[in-house]
Amino acid sequence: MKTFGLPIAVAVLFLTGWHLAVKLSGGDIFPTPWQVVLGIAELAQKGVLLKYIVASLFRVTWGFGLAILIGVPLGLLLGWFKYAAAALNPMIQIFRPISPIAWIPVAILWFGVDDRAPVFLIFLASVFPITVSSMAAVQNMQPVYVRAARNFGLRNTELFRKVIFPACLPQILTGLRIALGIAWLVVVAAEMIAVNSGLGYLIIDARNAGKRYDLVVAGMVMIGLIGLALDVAVRRLEKFDEVRWGYANK
Amino acid sequence: MPTSDHIIEVRDLWMTFPGKRKDEPVHVLENVGFSVERGEFVCIVGPSGCGKSTLLNIIAGFLQQSSGSVLVEGAPVTGPDPKRIFVFQENGVFPWLNVEDNVGFGLLDKSKDERREIVKHYIEMVSLGGFEKSYPRELSGGMRQRVEIARALASSPDIIYMDEPFGALDFITRLKMRTDLVRIWQEEKKTVLFVTHDIEEAVQLADTVLVMSRRPATVQLSYPINLARPRDLDSPGYLAARDRIFREMGMSLKVGG
Repeated sequence: MKTFGLPIAVAVLFLTGWHLAVKLSGGDIFPTPWQVVLGIAELAQKGVLLKYIVASLFRVTWGFGLAILIGVPLGLLLGWFKYAAAALNPMIQIFRPISPIAWIPVAILWFGVDDRAPVFLIFLASVFPITVSSMAAVQNMQPVYVRAARNFGLRNTELFRKVIFPACLPQILTGLRIALGIAWLVVVAAEMIAVNSGLGYLIIDARNAGKRYDLVVAGMVMIGLIGLALDVAVRRLEKFDEVRWGYANK
Repeated sequence: MPTSDHIIEVRDLWMTFPGKRKDEPVHVLENVGFSVERGEFVCIVGPSGCGKSTLLNIIAGFLQQSSGSVLVEGAPVTGPDPKRIFVFQENGVFPWLNVEDNVGFGLLDKSKDERREIVKHYIEMVSLGGFEKSYPRELSGGMRQRVEIARALASSPDIIYMDEPFGALDFITRLKMRTDLVRIWQEEKKTVLFVTHDIEEAVQLADTVLVMSRRPATVQLSYPINLARPRDLDSPGYLAARDRIFREMGMSLKVGG
């Protein structure tokens, strides 16, 4: 009852409130929930819904994937080598708070309006949280694991691969989950300016081409649902035995 | 070359840590000297915070002493060594590996079959049969400490260093672990250097008890326990040894405080 009943009750309440608010205000631009459902169906029928979802996920996969490839090793090294952290961390902390949106003009300048621009923006958005959380993971690691590993003669890459990386994995995964959320936020903003497919493009295009707010909200709903699905998927990873020890709730 | 069968020789060892202020360094160890024979079970007891752990960490090669020498097998210690395994107070079992993989951690250079045999043997020895696939988080504190002891034994070291390994366990579990440790030590004939603040534990386990003073610590008494095993905790010999060490530490608290 608690896990399903309450959330469903809240959702029903929300949708009813939404419906009534639209009806009572008498406006005909903002859609009711049912009109949004019809909008989603229309998009699916035209075959663009799946196409746009795939396009958005494709960009997130590339941007986020590159961010993992660079952020995790970089963060681990910064966490391990104090001098590297002292040298690079101030720079990272300056870049980190710059919103990816601020990079949009730069991305257009460098990459034009093809897929590389949004991929670059997603990369920028996710690489900093990944790097910082990987770095913190090493710094907060229990020193006993490294001492035990050294006692068994492990050094350099073996020490990293067999002990430091697995010891940090739970915290790295938490960082990835946060970064993926940010990446998904940014894909929409990135697609509004630079490309002609994807859920972000759908939203801006539906508004520009005939004020189709039912499709605007349909795009928003799809973004929300996919964001939820991505989060659930990463949370699934936290259940594996290799990382489960690192979370308070077993 | 070692002059006798002393596997560990500590000579005139001093350790000073930089203090909070530069002009107030913390002297932890002062002129510590003792030796351990091959196959001997030696316990180091002393008041909390006296520097026993620091001493063990220096001998194991995790810390560099300020002056003096530590010879193991006749050679100065330069760092940790797979032939001398440390069992940590805070439990150094890897939580991302199951029991089997933890116990086999020091055997990665062995063939798969050989490894499986050794792992099986030591899991049985520490009475963890049936828990091979369990993860540390699924085990009790005592069982995790057994895993760590099995991991240490499996890599076939000459010496095992133990830093209050049963300190976090409850009284009953601790007694049981001591009994098992003595049994395993008798089977394996390893040299054991065991740090504890528990005098009873030291007298139950050791061939020789080294009593350390308060900080800056030195070896105040080296006391042989010539009691047959298994030891009867009611026997006059046990009680006499225990009281002798209690007195030694009690006196030092009054004089040195």
